[in-house]
Amino acid sequence: MSVVLETKHINKYFKKPVLFHVLKDINFQIKQGEFASIMGKSGCGKSTLLYILSTMDTDYEGDLYLNNELITGQDRIHLSYLRNKHIGFVFQFHYLLSEFSVLENVMLPAKKLAEKSYQEIEHDAMQKLKMLNIDHLAKKRASQVSGGEKQRVAIARALINNPSIIMGDEPTGNLDSYNAENVFNIFKQLSDEKGLSLLVVTHDEDFANKTDRIIQMGDGKILT
Amino acid sequence: MANWNIILSIAKTHLLTKIKQTSIAALGVTFGIGSYITLVCFMTGLNGMLDGLILNQTPHIHVYNEIEPSKKQPISLYEDFSESFNIIHSIKPKLSQKKIHNALPIINYLETNENVRGALPQVKTQIFYIAGSIEIGGNLTGINPLDEVELFNIDDYIIEGSAEALDQTDNGILLGIGIAEKMSLKVGDRIQVSPVNGEIFPLKIVGFYQSGIADLDAIQSFTNVKTVQRILGEANNYITDINVKLYDIELAVPLSKKIEEQFKLTAIDIKTANAQFETGTTIRNLITYAVSITLLIVAGFGIYNILNMLIYEKMNDIAILKATGFSGKDVQLIFMSQAMIIGFVGGVLGLLIGFGLASLIQTIPFGTEALPTIKTYPINMDPIYFIIGFSFAMISTFFAGYLPSKKAKKIDPVKIIRGQ
Repeated sequence: MSVVLETKHINKYFKKPVLFHVLKDINFQIKQGEFASIMGKSGCGKSTLLYILSTMDTDYEGDLYLNNELITGQDRIHLSYLRNKHIGFVFQFHYLLSEFSVLENVMLPAKKLAEKSYQEIEHDAMQKLKMLNIDHLAKKRASQVSGGEKQRVAIARALINNPSIIMGDEPTGNLDSYNAENVFNIFKQLSDEKGLSLLVVTHDEDFANKTDRIIQMGDGKILT
Repeated sequence: MANWNIILSIAKTHLLTKIKQTSIAALGVTFGIGSYITLVCFMTGLNGMLDGLILNQTPHIHVYNEIEPSKKQPISLYEDFSESFNIIHSIKPKLSQKKIHNALPIINYLETNENVRGALPQVKTQIFYIAGSIEIGGNLTGINPLDEVELFNIDDYIIEGSAEALDQTDNGILLGIGIAEKMSLKVGDRIQVSPVNGEIFPLKIVGFYQSGIADLDAIQSFTNVKTVQRILGEANNYITDINVKLYDIELAVPLSKKIEEQFKLTAIDIKTANAQFETGTTIRNLITYAVSITLLIVAGFGIYNILNMLIYEKMNDIAILKATGFSGKDVQLIFMSQAMIIGFVGGVLGLLIGFGLASLIQTIPFGTEALPTIKTYPINMDPIYFIIGFSFAMISTFFAGYLPSKKAKKIDPVKIIRGQ
């Protein structure tokens, strides 16, 4: 199976308020179709690692490969493009644009990518919403739907450009157990049926135990 | 490559959902541009009128023969006294002719100069106006009416009759309104004039002249050059004054010096004659621009403020846009286009309001003795002011939007997302 994401000797330091070695020699791979979770105590650097993997944080040492392409040191415009095309995000807080409709929120990354026509994008977006059973909300304002629904809209948005990998920063952290279960099932289904790679940072042990692989972190190092 | 469709649609949504702030920002620009247009049209209109009052009817260079005492008195030629200290009492001016020697060749020569728009001959003389037993002293100036209209806008000061009528009527006279009132004359009547030598000539009144200066209107009248020459019994080369109009008023000073040297005549340029006048114009322009620029800068700060607030409110949006693949430049363009849309809409509205107000002012009655042809406030609606106003709206909103949008560009999405 091909490797989607790979890190080689990633080190990161926080320089403020005092010099702190937050990530120490991180090496791991995520293969295609793999559903991995990162666990660890607060402050062990798992979110920091995720934002480096997401290409949003470029202040680190070491090499990061996405689809076997070295992306460390690329310029910001190109990183934005890679993020747009290959990486989908789901955060703890839904982070939808509240003035836009649900459908527009989902379509936004595809419009930015501009590889398809407006009609195709709209069709794709409706399909993703249907898959997540929230197509009836398409025309509603993002601020008018419930928390669980918002998280599903965020997942639909993460999927719109058919990314290579979905990253989640505690995507169920803010949800009740019913909705958390629901989100997990959606992820599982995407991984099993569509062969999508997923990398999720979580505190939730039940959630992590159900994933294919748990990456345990402690004190800036990968333990298992 | 920036994707304008999506950038503009996000900008539009932001503006429309905050329609109140947007309108206030746009109104700031509208108010600034509107008052700029109104002010500048009104002020330059007034300036133009005041300029016209003096400049239009004043020659750029006035050439004539000054009566003055000889600079060299005979005693200074007498060698025996050359080393002495001579005192001469009650020097009298030399009797010289009033006419300009070789006036017609000089006029032809001046008109060949490429900077000269025209050189017009005039014949000035003192006369008496006679109606019945009344005799009133006055000035009669012989002119070429049609040329005077073209170069010195004399028709602006003709309140009845016309310059054409004077041109076509032999023995016609354009009478000062003050004389006409004193003598109860109307157009078509006859008036007798008598030059200093005592003969009497009847002239037909073809119109009235009002300069706005009552003392002048009570003595000054105009007729054709030929008519004055006939009244004076002089040949047709008898010319007392030459009025020169230039294309560029700045050349008046050097040219007048050259004429003085070349022809041994007195040549007064308009700057010397109306020095105080130019100062007034400059200061009025200065005030107009100072006020307008202040208004536009205030409007610019309004936009800056509102965009800044908007960006603080939209921190999360900015972070998520960046996380989903929008570059910093895209985000900057979103906020820049918001500023430019505000500037554009506010600017266009401002132009319309300025146009409306200026048009309104133009209909307000404004009567002045000085300019009989002006009935309402003067407005100078030069398209260039609209272009300047609109450009300033766009430039000031550009700068007002640039700094906040630069900040939005630099926002680190990781900090925002992790900060929650």
